[in-house]
Amino acid sequence: MADTVLRLENITMQFGGVVAVNDLSLHVDRGEIVALIGPNGAGKTTAFNCVTGVYEPTNGRVTLLGETIVENHPQGKMKTQYLGQDPDKFPHVVAHTPDVITQKGIARTFQNIRLFGALTVFENVLIAKHMRAKQNFLSATFRLNRAEEKRMREEAAALLAEQDLYQFKDEVASSLPYGLQRRLEIARALAAGPKLLLLDEPAAGMNPQETQELTDFIRKIRAEYGLTVFMIEHHMDLVMQISDRIYVLDFGKLIAKGTPQEVQNDPRVIEAYLGVADDAEN
Amino acid sequence: MIAQKKNKTGLFIALVVAAALLILAIVLENTLDPIKNTIFFTVLKKGAVYALVACSMNLLNGFTGLFSLGQAGFMLLGAYTYATLTIPMSAKDSVYYLYGGTVFRFSLPDLFGGADKPLGLILGVLLALVCAGIVAAAVAWLIGLPVLRLKSDYLAIATLGFAEIIRAVFQWDKLGPVTNGANALKSFPTFSSFNLKNASGEVTLRLSIFVAFLLAAICIALILLLINSSYGRAFKAIREDEVAAEAMGINLAKHKRLSFCISSFFAGVGGGMFAMFANQAQARNFTTAMTYEILLIVVIGGIGSISGSCLASFLYVAASEWWLRFLDKETTLTHIFGFDLDQPFKVPLLRNGFRMVVFSVVIMIVVLFFRRGLMGDKELPDVLRRFGAFCKRLFRRPAKKTGKGGEDNG
Repeated sequence: MADTVLRLENITMQFGGVVAVNDLSLHVDRGEIVALIGPNGAGKTTAFNCVTGVYEPTNGRVTLLGETIVENHPQGKMKTQYLGQDPDKFPHVVAHTPDVITQKGIARTFQNIRLFGALTVFENVLIAKHMRAKQNFLSATFRLNRAEEKRMREEAAALLAEQDLYQFKDEVASSLPYGLQRRLEIARALAAGPKLLLLDEPAAGMNPQETQELTDFIRKIRAEYGLTVFMIEHHMDLVMQISDRIYVLDFGKLIAKGTPQEVQNDPRVIEAYLGVADDAEN
Repeated sequence: MIAQKKNKTGLFIALVVAAALLILAIVLENTLDPIKNTIFFTVLKKGAVYALVACSMNLLNGFTGLFSLGQAGFMLLGAYTYATLTIPMSAKDSVYYLYGGTVFRFSLPDLFGGADKPLGLILGVLLALVCAGIVAAAVAWLIGLPVLRLKSDYLAIATLGFAEIIRAVFQWDKLGPVTNGANALKSFPTFSSFNLKNASGEVTLRLSIFVAFLLAAICIALILLLINSSYGRAFKAIREDEVAAEAMGINLAKHKRLSFCISSFFAGVGGGMFAMFANQAQARNFTTAMTYEILLIVVIGGIGSISGSCLASFLYVAASEWWLRFLDKETTLTHIFGFDLDQPFKVPLLRNGFRMVVFSVVIMIVVLFFRRGLMGDKELPDVLRRFGAFCKRLFRRPAKKTGKGGEDNG
């Protein structure tokens, strides 16, 4: 229990009459790479958004290292509209904005790359250091924070060097090739000093070779930074190679979980993906 | 490390340019004939004030990505704060004669020995300008609570509305003892008060333009320092992508409010300086048209370029107040190129108002050819560096192979 980094309990996210995520419970243990897969529109990114504070789930609880970071139960109009389970299980309401959740130790990347396009690679990474700085705007303006600023710059430079991005540090982020932009986005997330890294389709739009490089890269950062990784991915090669465990979502519901082998052979998963149960034997 | 070295040269260039401008201001004002060059001096002073306000607007619109149109409102607050705090006690009754005096029974310069003594003048004016900024920033904080939840066009409309409301409120008759109603506030220290005089009252050293430049330069330097700090980077991150900025741990509400308040602070100081420039503060001068003028300067200079805003403000003010003035005058020519004409020739189109027609066309042309403004999002040192690299390439002899390579990627 102590080694559970992230735990989702009965997370339900309902938009009007649509239940995007339905009673999702899962956990990610320390040092694991866990994948969340499912067909398009299954609710994977919505689940991520519930964890990172972009959405407030309709019902359920999220804990990070035992601390409740999100908790909610159906309120107001939703009380009568609610279509999920256990409306009375979570009595408290805990809600944070995404920046607070990031400060608590969850960093994320996005499905469609969201770099600070007009800024340089170096600045992109440096911005992630801003939240932990002790300066205020006056000390920063009058340069009374030299030591801190220097430390931030050194840390950012060191991180870029570790990620083999240092030679691009003065390039404008949007001018980088696609694969590097993906890597920079991960590097930027690492600069926030997370305990848990959420990757939303890190291999989207990559060719097989780039995907292979990314696989090695994710393994490497897990080892080097002692990270726990929770990711959404469509590339089955990547998912099957890298994941310790897999959760499968379909229409917002968890339909399978387990090791890559277990999930691969689960008839419900094959049905969800292919829609034909007969192919399960192949 | 390269980045830091670059910063140092940039800082050096900026300081040199600022110092040169300040010296130039003193030299020009004391050598040129003040009567023949009135309009030139006016342009310099107004340009300095507008440069500051444009930079403050750029901080918000160009660097934080918040499209706000409340600048004239904050300038108005600054102008009135400055004026009410600095009108000398002896002049209060005559300024507020319609309302039988004012509720402000003190005057900052008088507290330090009077506006005719250097100490009283400098301390009084500086303190009043800082107060002008603080009042504007405090109001911005209050306005920001509801308004900063809005985005893009909606934020622009809300801030525009605020500026209009402020202007109307300040002209309200019931506030007469404070704002002097719809009448102008005057008799307070202006830029010309800083001219050094000898015992018989003759001006020995003119400093009015220098003071305007110095005040603007200090404020713009502060804005630049802020933009190049960690907070400036956070502002730019919000401009680039709010969602990503928030995911990187940047508190959106806090940083937007900060940017809004700081921008308004400098708009307030700029308003105070505008009152000093215009020798009066009157609410009906701070119209929406003024905000648009400043927005135009920001856009022409380059959204996200402080040096662009400064450059554009002088060009804009010079073009609208000075260079195109002749278009407003009906002109009849009696001789052309030394030849006498049989009949006096009345130049077509030239009449009152034609200036603005030409001016609009000029602006359209500028915007067409410089789509991202004169400077884009580059600053002066970047442009100089690029120019230097260009010159180097131009003069480097192709035969020589020992030339240092790899310095061009600046």
